[in-house]
Amino acid sequence: MIPGQKQLSNLEELLEGVWKQNPVFVMVLGMCPTLAVSVSAMNAVSMGLATTFVLVGSTFLVSLLRNVIPKEVRIATYIVIIATFVTVVDYLIQAISLAVYDALGAFIQLIVVNCIILGRAEAHASKNPPLRSVLNALGMGAGFTVGLFALGGVREILGAGKLFGFSLFGPDFQPWVVMVLPPGGFFVLGAWLLLFNWLNSRKTDAAPAKPAEGHAHV
Amino acid sequence: MSEAVLPPVTPSGAMIRTLGLVATVCGVLIVTAYEGTLDAVNANKKIALERAVFKVIPGAAKVDEYVATATGIQPAGAAIPEGAVKFYAAYDQAGGLKGIAAEGAAKGYADTVRVMYAYDPAKQAVTGLGVVSMRETPGIGDKIYTDEAFLKNFEALDVQLSSDMKALANAVKVVKHGTKQNAWEIDAISGATVTSKAVGRGINESARKLLPLLVPNLEKLKTAPSPNAQSAVSPPFIKGGEGGFSTVSITHTLTHLSQNPPQPPLSPPGGIEKGWRWQAHLAEEVTS
Amino acid sequence: MNPTPRIELRASPHVVRGNSVERIMFHVVLALLPIAAFSVWQYGLSALAMLVTVTLSCVATERLFNRLSGNPSTLTDWSATITGLILALTLPPAFPLWMAVVAGFTSIALGKALFGGIGCNVLNPALVGRAFVQAAFPVAITTWVPAFAPNRFSEFAPTTFTPPFMTPPDIGEWAKRAVDGFTGATPLARWKFENVLATPADFLTGAVTASAGETSAILILLCGAYLAIRKFMDWRIPVAVLASAALTAYVFQLVDPSRYPDPLFVLLSGGLMIGAVFMATDMATSPVTPRGVWIYGALIGVVTVMIRYFGGLTEGVMYAILIGNALAPLIDQVTQPRVFGQTREKAAMGKKA
Repeated sequence: MIPGQKQLSNLEELLEGVWKQNPVFVMVLGMCPTLAVSVSAMNAVSMGLATTFVLVGSTFLVSLLRNVIPKEVRIATYIVIIATFVTVVDYLIQAISLAVYDALGAFIQLIVVNCIILGRAEAHASKNPPLRSVLNALGMGAGFTVGLFALGGVREILGAGKLFGFSLFGPDFQPWVVMVLPPGGFFVLGAWLLLFNWLNSRKTDAAPAKPAEGHAHV
Repeated sequence: MSEAVLPPVTPSGAMIRTLGLVATVCGVLIVTAYEGTLDAVNANKKIALERAVFKVIPGAAKVDEYVATATGIQPAGAAIPEGAVKFYAAYDQAGGLKGIAAEGAAKGYADTVRVMYAYDPAKQAVTGLGVVSMRETPGIGDKIYTDEAFLKNFEALDVQLSSDMKALANAVKVVKHGTKQNAWEIDAISGATVTSKAVGRGINESARKLLPLLVPNLEKLKTAPSPNAQSAVSPPFIKGGEGGFSTVSITHTLTHLSQNPPQPPLSPPGGIEKGWRWQAHLAEEVTS
Repeated sequence: MNPTPRIELRASPHVVRGNSVERIMFHVVLALLPIAAFSVWQYGLSALAMLVTVTLSCVATERLFNRLSGNPSTLTDWSATITGLILALTLPPAFPLWMAVVAGFTSIALGKALFGGIGCNVLNPALVGRAFVQAAFPVAITTWVPAFAPNRFSEFAPTTFTPPFMTPPDIGEWAKRAVDGFTGATPLARWKFENVLATPADFLTGAVTASAGETSAILILLCGAYLAIRKFMDWRIPVAVLASAALTAYVFQLVDPSRYPDPLFVLLSGGLMIGAVFMATDMATSPVTPRGVWIYGALIGVVTVMIRYFGGLTEGVMYAILIGNALAPLIDQVTQPRVFGQTREKAAMGKKA
């Protein structure tokens, strides 16, 4: 435990990444796969789960080895570990579904450079015991998956009238083609960020108003 | 020197030891994952390929991969020799040649359009078209596999060879919508000309390279090369299939795998059995 | 909040022109009305419904964002009305109304409000809306109806009242019934894909397939001339756009007359005329320096012709103007006029110091 920092409970550690430090909406990390593969809910969730797998596996290993990894070569070590899990997940996805593998394409291999993962290894797993690291990684992975799903869901609903491949509006639905094209990713991400920041700003606006009533807006 | 206390430096030996440890752990993990998934991955690839081929050659029950080179045709190995063209021979239940399928690719509007086409040796014509992958504009470019009128082009697209068997008699050509006159022309989709042209170019390029190598050797392909493929013991799968994909093809996949264990040094004694489990799972997915 | 006292710190001469944002914008609306009226006369009820819907959705979106941001209403400056009218004039006359609402909302929300409202937008809002629906509904936005259909004042086009989020019905049968031999392609598309050139007479009478407000070249020029004479618009921009487009087309025609059309066709076809006069001249998104204005206009003209000749699309005015908008700040920066009395050498020395 780091001195001077409030010790979080295990549950808080888990929830950290889901909401307060959400990798997509709060930290805005790992945008490359976020924008590229979120054309459908299925792709988004697959990518989220793959990233979660790598995240959990690598932080667990990093945390286990945290006391033996020399600081001079820690980044190299982390990258080797992360790359290992990316390779593993690459094989797993090929074994489970080639369709998903083709849809995600190079972005599976690119998980290795997803800054969420190296960030978690360096900032969290290298300083915390395995259980807490895994909890934190699970939360982050869940947050990432939720973020990707939020994008992929909206893009698939508007862009194809479907969700997870199931038609929602019948055959006459007019797809918004732009939503499955790259600009659509930016539009939807922008809209979600707007919503998130608006919610957060309402919260922070409301917070100081409590002690001094009647002076909400100065 | 400065007053700041330098952190203790890790001795090189310790660093090498740790890195060695990490590398070993990672190596073991990767090899385990590779071993564990290899059979399932191969089975998956085979299923995907068969699906694509069966779609363009209805009635086929079995697919074999070949490469055509300047010296003849041979079953496709792991490495494809320089200048060789890969193609697929499809056979029916009885083992007779049903047709040839090959892939073509050309740059479309957004990205490369990859198509699978069927070649009928008797008619010397392309008799079917399937799209392997494309990223064309939905609603416009995807008409290449939804537009009935466009797909009609590929019921009998003439690709016969010239008399010296060195080139196509007539290059496959995409013409403006509604102006198709010859059997080797493709009537483009109105409004999706770029994608239509990509399909035509892909077929033309592929056929131009493949057919002069393939046609002189067609005799060798007339019957399925492994007659024992049908006699192998079939695992108890549920009968029935979907979308032209039948149990027979899974049977074949399994026999294919058990007869040709992929890359012997990497296949452990238990590998095949593990593969069975994966495939059973896949078969459920496919047949359900 | 106390109003800040206004202190003018400027060199003479102090001449007050009576212009204000409201006044200029109001006159632009006036200049757009004849074009809109011609469009309605040409395309009938469908065009009228579309014009009204787009304009209302723009105004409503402006009001919504005024409320959300807590700013006073900016409806009275007419800018949202102009955006709506211009956007409507660039859309196909039988564009489904629900898509028209999407276009109007996007143009104000994405093109203007998110940048901070009037004067802060980088890109022309109407074109942002149009670019969005072009990318979202590529089929609907290239579905045209014939001009001067005999039944245009008695019935709507079947696409107009498409239920929200649904695909518009096929218009081919209806259009063929209305006007015999209707091909459904714009003159630019017919030139590009079929090598059929429309004659200038077709353009001048408006008997071509086009967006709602594209056909009346003479009317657009007259309305533009009115704005230019009253000094509500910088005349150099349309002149630069049209001249550079004509010149580029002329050069291409010299190279290969069989392949490239004559400059007059380039000027009259598509949205070049209305784009040059009403969209490229948007004050917030065009450069202000005297040399910059010419560069900006010339750039738009050249890019338009390049897209038309070599791009996948048949029409390039929209993207050309958007590219010009994006480059406008840069053009302004590199074409800063020299401060009076400063020589080139001095300016260079000043930079070094």
